[in-house]
Amino acid sequence: MVTAVTNWGRSGLHDWLIQRFTAIVLAAYTLFLVGFIICHPNLTYAEWSGLFGTLWMRVFSLLALVSTVAHGWIGLWGVLTDYITTRMVGGSALFLRMTAMLIYVLICVTFVVWGVEIIWGLS
Amino acid sequence: MKDKRPVNLDLSTVKFPITAIASITHRVSGVILLAGVLLLLVMLDMSLSSEDSFAELQQLMSAVWAKLIVWAVLSALAYHLAAGVRHLIMDLGFGESLEGGRLGAKLMFAVALLMIAGLGVWLW
Ligand code: HEM
Repeated sequence: MVTAVTNWGRSGLHDWLIQRFTAIVLAAYTLFLVGFIICHPNLTYAEWSGLFGTLWMRVFSLLALVSTVAHGWIGLWGVLTDYITTRMVGGSALFLRMTAMLIYVLICVTFVVWGVEIIWGLS
Repeated sequence: MKDKRPVNLDLSTVKFPITAIASITHRVSGVILLAGVLLLLVMLDMSLSSEDSFAELQQLMSAVWAKLIVWAVLSALAYHLAAGVRHLIMDLGFGESLEGGRLGAKLMFAVALLMIAGLGVWLW
């Protein structure tokens, strides 16, 4: 049996479910922000930073950020394992996929740390 | 795999029905978003860091090139959202017939176009 090592969860079904869960979180977050912006036509800094100053918005934002990382990971894994295959690019496929995933993981760690700084106003 | 099954991966000989176009565009928009999130985070950072950087971002967003880039990323998000919600609806078992799939794809395209047009109006 081939065991999957670079996917997010430890099985395809697990990934599938997380992809759905994170999609719902991201959709809710996007729609919420769109709604907020529509309800505040001439958005001021006070209104905007006031929103992100509340605890629930910080939690919601962090949840969205972590969901983006997981969702993007699963998404990228799916795309890479479809196109960067031995049939398509030859023997270096595994190496190329691993390298791409590694770069993505580094970017994601940066995203999360940076995102926390933005949301908690440390920067 | 070393067997000699015929493989047709010459995409130029494959016809793309509307449902296939809906699917591949969802994938393309997802990949665009992988990078697009970076831009959105930069903007969130600027909008929250201080009153000054908030004003700076507003100033920046009055430039046409900035509007175009942000519009492109937000359009990818809008399309990905519409196609993603359609995907989730189909996961729940609705519209899985051939006709249902076609109708859903058309509806989804209409919704996505409306959102993208709305974004354009909002940005300009
Ligand atoms: C706005 C809310 C979002 C919704 C409702 C959503 C929904 C979905 C769904 C349902 C899938 C699964 C498609 C499949 O299994 O074939 C998917 C795939 C994907 N998503 Fe999202 N998504 C959202 C936001 C994002 C964001 C912000 C990113 C960027 C980080 C992203 C990147 C991707 C990628 C790369 C894929 C893989 C595409 C593929 O395999 O065809 N999505 N999305």
